[in-house]
Amino acid sequence: MSRSAIVTAPIDVSAIAEEVQAATSGAVATFLGTVRNTSGGRAVTGLEYSAYTEMATREMDAIVREAIAIATGVELVAVHRVGDLMVGDVCVMIAAAHAHRSPAFDACRYAIEEIKKRVPIWKRERYADGSSEWVNACTQHATSAST
Amino acid sequence: MIVAGRVFASYADAIGSDRATVSVPDPATVGAVRAAVTTLSPSMPPRPIIAVNEEYATDDVIIAPGDEVAVIPPVAGG
Repeated sequence: MSRSAIVTAPIDVSAIAEEVQAATSGAVATFLGTVRNTSGGRAVTGLEYSAYTEMATREMDAIVREAIAIATGVELVAVHRVGDLMVGDVCVMIAAAHAHRSPAFDACRYAIEEIKKRVPIWKRERYADGSSEWVNACTQHATSAST
Repeated sequence: MIVAGRVFASYADAIGSDRATVSVPDPATVGAVRAAVTTLSPSMPPRPIIAVNEEYATDDVIIAPGDEVAVIPPVAGG
């Protein structure tokens, strides 16, 4: 069953890929977002993700429904982790299963792009020099919400 | 009307709290709240995003007593 979740525990990648797969699946497209060790030329040691959990859950659920609407028959799970993450940790995973690869890719791509635009989750980067900063990644919704 | 709301991430750091209260004329519109929250800190942007009852809200939305209002910094998930 398609679903979304905001979690604090590490994301079990193989379990989620298995979860979406069924006997009718001919393709499972997965996307993993991982914590990178640099940002804007600065050495990053880790990230802190925080969320407006109630609204983030609601937006993630809406995105899952929309992905299913554009790729009929897709089985999709979207999970975002919050809390303190280290370099290399998986922060977000999308898994989309379908009889054929094209709808699986389409649904997977749609879900991650919309999550980045709309879901109220924020990240604070921690740098090797001991400082930290909130990352203002996506201002796209600011335009549409204020018109 | 006094409107109390939740504040997150960089905006919470800017105003020094994850809760904020503003006073706006009745009927309390999102546009009026949006303008009022910019006065809470010099670090606030001119048009912060507002959510009402966990949905992004446009300026014309009227806020009723009991509604959950939130001030949303630019999102950075993924």
